[in-house]
Amino acid sequence: MVIDQSKMQSLSDRMAEVKGRSPWADARRRFLRNKAAMLGLSILVLVTLFAIFGGLAAQWSNEELDFSVMGQVAQMGQPSLENGHFFGTDNLGRDLYARVVQGTQVSLMVGIVGAGIAVVVGTLYGATAGYVGGRTDQLMMRTVDILMSIPYMFVLILLLVMFGRSMSMLFLGIGLISWLDMSRIVRGQTLSLKNREFIEAARATGVSSFRIIIRHIVPNLLGVVAVYATLLVPLMILTESFISFLGLGVQEPLTSWGALISEGAGTMNYGTLWQLLFPLFFFVITLFGFFFVGDGLRDALDPKER
Amino acid sequence: MFAFVLRRLAVAIPTLLLLIVFSFTLMHLAPGGPFTGERALPPQVLANLEARYGLNDPLWLQIWNYLVGIVVHFDFGPSFVYPDRTVNQLIAAGFPVTLTYGALSFAAAVIFGVSLGVVAAIRHNSWTDYLAVGVSIGAQVLPNFVMAPLLVLVFTLWYGLLPGGGWSFNDPSFWIMPVIALATSYMASIARITRSSMLEVLGSNHIRTARAKGMPERRVILRHALKPAMLPVISYLGPVFVSMITGSVVIDIYFSTGGIGKAFVDSALNRDYAVMMGVTILVGALTILFNLLVDVLYAWIDPKIRY
Repeated sequence: MVIDQSKMQSLSDRMAEVKGRSPWADARRRFLRNKAAMLGLSILVLVTLFAIFGGLAAQWSNEELDFSVMGQVAQMGQPSLENGHFFGTDNLGRDLYARVVQGTQVSLMVGIVGAGIAVVVGTLYGATAGYVGGRTDQLMMRTVDILMSIPYMFVLILLLVMFGRSMSMLFLGIGLISWLDMSRIVRGQTLSLKNREFIEAARATGVSSFRIIIRHIVPNLLGVVAVYATLLVPLMILTESFISFLGLGVQEPLTSWGALISEGAGTMNYGTLWQLLFPLFFFVITLFGFFFVGDGLRDALDPKER
Repeated sequence: MFAFVLRRLAVAIPTLLLLIVFSFTLMHLAPGGPFTGERALPPQVLANLEARYGLNDPLWLQIWNYLVGIVVHFDFGPSFVYPDRTVNQLIAAGFPVTLTYGALSFAAAVIFGVSLGVVAAIRHNSWTDYLAVGVSIGAQVLPNFVMAPLLVLVFTLWYGLLPGGGWSFNDPSFWIMPVIALATSYMASIARITRSSMLEVLGSNHIRTARAKGMPERRVILRHALKPAMLPVISYLGPVFVSMITGSVVIDIYFSTGGIGKAFVDSALNRDYAVMMGVTILVGALTILFNLLVDVLYAWIDPKIRY
């Protein structure tokens, strides 16, 4: 086959003039135009900054007891700029601002790590099941079905009680259940990918199954995975808060939104409403943020799903 | 249809057995037994107790005995902490309460969620639609453990309208707050699912045909649009049901309703493994049964499913 060099050259020159729009650029444009998603993203950025740098502004550490307000928290422990308790104090006289910063760190971390486990395990599991197919697929997906019909919140509490309440047990318990949905979604996507030509080409050139899954299947799943990962983070935060609300999650001196909400809810009879409202505010806006960004990503990456 | 149900049962029963074996093994692996308390028992007493409860038998025999007890006699064994109570009694005390407010919340979530979603879809892009979407987005971030304190704050502490806790089968004012607390976030999700699926159905060909032949709008929606639009909602009912039961843990603690969640949390704090396992297995059985019902309902409504 003879290719006319000059013709090719002129073609490629023309190509440079017409700027192509890749699907990713399209998606980014749609996402940036989505007002709710941008609002969500800015909320998340602010909350993250608060978690990282909020501690610098704190006048008190999270473990210090302010003896001047002790015993009269309802009168003296109110939010004020003068004594340095920006969000007031909790019932023991600890600075609520420092506690909320710490709770935000813990809750965000649990959410992100939980979703991270789900993404890694679920993607690999689902991609393997979908790509290998046949009896392996049947067996793997039956297992997922069985695990899904287990009342996981009860099992999680069972685990926490039997093996002690610790962060690592909490991560393990949340990680055990969070990947199930992800693996189903990924498997479905893999099934539609695996008979495409580029996979066939890879197989024809003798690439191993493992490498095909890692190098060719998984990168093509990233869009879907990103959307569901964004929606998983708030679910993980909800799960952790639920557990911590019951007093079975993170333990003192660590705290999280769920634990703080629980404390605030327990003391609101005494007129110390700020103890409930500050953690609740951060909890609610962060969930909003994640839901908005997740929906925005889905609309941006999958324009027909509306 | 019959074969379909049988096939589903063939999966459901091993699942349940697996759950029982799994939780029993977990209990066996857990550090510390039911008799390791603050005060160490004399070794002879401990040995007697262990012999009495069969704790010296090999694991498979213990599991087998436990299984036989549940399957044949529907007996979850004695409590490990309260000498005079069995797991069955503890469950029987709490279960009717949980079932009552759980079923009410389930009904409330489905009825209000579906209505909100349908109305929003019919009046697409009107202020009704925006209001419905706003409500459902707002309610989505209010899970039961957030709703419970907020409701108590407003209705009990500020206005004194409703009792802040307790339970009575005869007085519905005790039911209102648990039901709202449980139902709100699921109502929101159901409304969102209904709205988007209804919008899709309303744009489809058979609806256009029905309208073209002059069918009244009300009839178009009730007869032709609602049924196919319900399919995604139905597949979401399984998780909703599970969450109603799980949520009872929070409701029972917060409102002191004395349901099954209370039995579970109490036993968790007392390390009363027998009760924890009994509740877990019972809830698992209910979950599996309910998922089966949902699948059957789905297959019955969706003409495209061949079973």
